[in-house]
Amino acid sequence: MDTTARILSFITNRFPQAEITDTEDIFSLGYINSLFAMELVMFIEKEFTVTIPNDELRIDNFRTAKAMTELVDGLRSAVV
Amino acid sequence: MAVIGVVGAGVMGIGVAQNEATGGHDVVLVDTTEEVLADARAAIYRNCRLSRMMGGPTLDPDEVLSRITTAVGLEALAKTELVIENVTENWEVKREVHAELDRVLPADTVVVANTSAIPITRIASVGTHPERVVGVHFMNPVPAKPVVELIPGFHTTPETLQRTRELLSSMGKRWVDVKDASGFVSNRVLMLTINEAAYLVHEGVATAESVDEVFRGCFGHPMGPLETADLIGVDTILYSVEVLYEHYADSKYRPCPLLKQMTDAGLHGRKSGRGFYTYNA
Repeated sequence: MDTTARILSFITNRFPQAEITDTEDIFSLGYINSLFAMELVMFIEKEFTVTIPNDELRIDNFRTAKAMTELVDGLRSAVV
Repeated sequence: MAVIGVVGAGVMGIGVAQNEATGGHDVVLVDTTEEVLADARAAIYRNCRLSRMMGGPTLDPDEVLSRITTAVGLEALAKTELVIENVTENWEVKREVHAELDRVLPADTVVVANTSAIPITRIASVGTHPERVVGVHFMNPVPAKPVVELIPGFHTTPETLQRTRELLSSMGKRWVDVKDASGFVSNRVLMLTINEAAYLVHEGVATAESVDEVFRGCFGHPMGPLETADLIGVDTILYSVEVLYEHYADSKYRPCPLLKQMTDAGLHGRKSGRGFYTYNA
């Protein structure tokens, strides 16, 4: 599974009613609040073995699967 | 700034300790084991790191933790000017802790009981200085919630209340004055709502998702009652409802059997990874 698919799978696993695309703002759906952003940070750091720098801990980086994928890809290329 | 003691390194104690430290106080956080305290430091570090993203101030986790000392046992609180107790919402546990606090604290140390339902006068009756005991009902997550209920017990002195108000101001809190009655205002209403929501799931009338959707979609609440239960802790909800039931001896507070089963099964909500919903943290 690629990065986007793994992120989408994590979200739909937690919110089975979510039918989302990779560019959909998950926080605009009405039933996902900012507390879930904390879980996303924990998930991404564990799943992709990256540490998200404090400057990147902004809600805008976690609104869409696409934004999260770009964040992860950026961090991985920085490591390599 | 005064040295503040915080008893209990659970969800509430962690939030209170962090909030005190960011308010400029030196904090002594105590619990019963080193493992719990190590987890607490890790949780405070994580919460500080994520503070800005969650709509709070930008915090330096290392700086905040540098103001927090952790220790096993209440003896470490002997030099504190004010202690905030946040142990489990269970009368036997609260009673033991307050009896011990009465033994180890200087007579002029203010004792704040952070409780969601137990009457303050009852807590104060355990020790020999009921005049220095006062109730504050903090909301969760503590650093993010600007308002608390402030509850004097029967014997609480104006000086105790004044020192508590000063502390709350230093934490950036406002307070609502409420008289001493089990559940105060907030939980007299909220716990019954959550308990009844649990009954709807227990009876198969609606799923947890449906119950919460009614509250969000129809009433415009940011969170439904069962999401709120998972955030507070399902075990804490049960204990609070039991306190109301015992105190008022009124069957309208009878705890839902589903809450008991979930508590026994370890489904305590967000903090245990599973409650009415499943979490991955």
